[in-house]
Amino acid sequence: MAAQTPTAGVQAPPHEDTPRTRRPRRLAQSTFYWMVWPALILFAAFHTLPVLTGIFYSLTNYAGYGDWNFVGLANYGNLFGDDRVLQAYGFSFLFAIVATIVTNVISLAIAMGLNAKIVARNFFRGVYFVPYVLAILVIGYVFQFFFSSSLPKILSSWPLFRDNILTNETWAWTAIVVLAVWQACAFSIIIYLSGLQTIPRELYEAASLDGAKAWRQFRSITFPLISAFFTINVVLSLKSFLQVFDPIVALTNGGPGTSTESVTLLIFRGGFSGGEFAYQTANAVIFFVVITVVSLVQFRVLQRREADF
Amino acid sequence: MTTSTTTAGQAEPVLPDRTRRRSRRRGTADDDPRPINWWATALVAVCSLTVLVPLYLAVVVALKTPEQLASGTGFEWPSPVRWDNFGEAWERTRFPQALTNTALITVGSVVLTLLTSSVVAYAIARNLHRRFFKGVYFYLLAALFIPFPIIMLPLVKQTAFLGLDNQAGLIVLYTIYGLSLNIFIYTAYIRSIPIELEEAARVDGASTWRVFWQVIFPLLTPMNATVGILTCVWAWNDFIMPLVVLTEPGSRTLPLAQYVFQGQFNTDYTVAFASYLMAMAPLLLVYVFSQRWVISGVTRGSIK
Repeated sequence: MAAQTPTAGVQAPPHEDTPRTRRPRRLAQSTFYWMVWPALILFAAFHTLPVLTGIFYSLTNYAGYGDWNFVGLANYGNLFGDDRVLQAYGFSFLFAIVATIVTNVISLAIAMGLNAKIVARNFFRGVYFVPYVLAILVIGYVFQFFFSSSLPKILSSWPLFRDNILTNETWAWTAIVVLAVWQACAFSIIIYLSGLQTIPRELYEAASLDGAKAWRQFRSITFPLISAFFTINVVLSLKSFLQVFDPIVALTNGGPGTSTESVTLLIFRGGFSGGEFAYQTANAVIFFVVITVVSLVQFRVLQRREADF
Repeated sequence: MTTSTTTAGQAEPVLPDRTRRRSRRRGTADDDPRPINWWATALVAVCSLTVLVPLYLAVVVALKTPEQLASGTGFEWPSPVRWDNFGEAWERTRFPQALTNTALITVGSVVLTLLTSSVVAYAIARNLHRRFFKGVYFYLLAALFIPFPIIMLPLVKQTAFLGLDNQAGLIVLYTIYGLSLNIFIYTAYIRSIPIELEEAARVDGASTWRVFWQVIFPLLTPMNATVGILTCVWAWNDFIMPLVVLTEPGSRTLPLAQYVFQGQFNTDYTVAFASYLMAMAPLLLVYVFSQRWVISGVTRGSIK
């Protein structure tokens, strides 16, 4: 590659042949290659290489230290029979689906509120974005105090909250949903708001002249016209909620027991302190496949629905 | 897909920004002829409490004595106010050190990201019809799908081996890992800049580098703002990467300091809250002063 570029650089000043007909086969000016190569090499070294190393280790029994042997696909086979792993996937999916739905419903409602003519609109737009600039781990500790110390005193008549919901094996995950949704809404609201602003106001005027009420306007105008933004939001939120990590560390640290242990937390714990380096890397590879498949399927399904309108 | 959303992205966010600025100058007057929607105002105002109340809670707990805290739900305003918590938290978390580390990492990442991502995106955007650059583009985009856990474990070994388990290493990593998304944001924008501008500069004898720095880079200001904000918030708040990469206790960042703090003194809520507040305050203050600009910047980047 590098050997060809100097000559190309000399003979192809791009403005000579670019104006109307760009010929795709021609090599670019050598400067352009110099702009890309360093970044490309670093990216390969610090991103692709670790990915490949990880895939390699997933075929061994490496514990993170000491000797190792090839074990073929044994790690992958064992994953499917491991209760702790299955539970982590179960938790991650339950959490991600609930959090995605709640986030999108709330953000869309608030974005519509912020798009209507309201008092102090700019102030409120500013307020709703605040969670985005706060570290979720740090604000998470504030939520932890709220759930474990304030809420039991405020709602002392309610058994569920009186006993600190974070230590409740069945319901601790809902507290994590609250924290994760609290932060994720900030960004979703911004995306929905920019979607809502692309809708011309005249459409609503015409619709109300035709006698369409609020709900009908939402169903027939608002939602179809922002469905591209809806797709982006749902795909992105599910993908990032599946990888939930910080809110769990801040609130329950996976407990009580392992009832709120997500896949990411399990990979981190087992891989670094559990001596399961190779095993958890195999888990990470599977996780990658799962996330990619889920995102692509979602994208296909949602886009097809978009086209229906 | 990219091109169609780009045009929307560039044309639209400018509008609300302008109306906003205008409305501020004229007081409350808006060019929106609709009557004020009181139901929406009420909904938005009530829901905004969910954002404001946790912040209020953080402030009041940080200003209490442990006895005051134990006697109530945590929401009562403290009397007398106790400021000593902040001094104690300052020393226990070695706040100046953590703040310096975080600031260094954030500024370094933002500067390096802006200087490198834009150059790479420029080369790609102007040669996207060539196979090599198209390949690079999709190679970088594909990385968006790879979850961090897959790289996490090997990365730790690699950074330790290369001596990059420190602040400098984090700066490099944030720059590299941000590349995928940033290239996506920049490329679409650069392709909308008319090529005639560059050709004019070239006719005058400017080299490609010179064309980039003197013609293209200044035109990228809105995208630089977007990428800069996203990188800044990410690098400042990130927890998992410093957690796995950094080895020296002296190089730890603000979120990491809170994590360690939580483990050691978890009964001491009042001091802990003072330290949480101090960790949140810098970025929160920056946000309050640059709020309008931040939101319009992020809007531009997000709808791609």
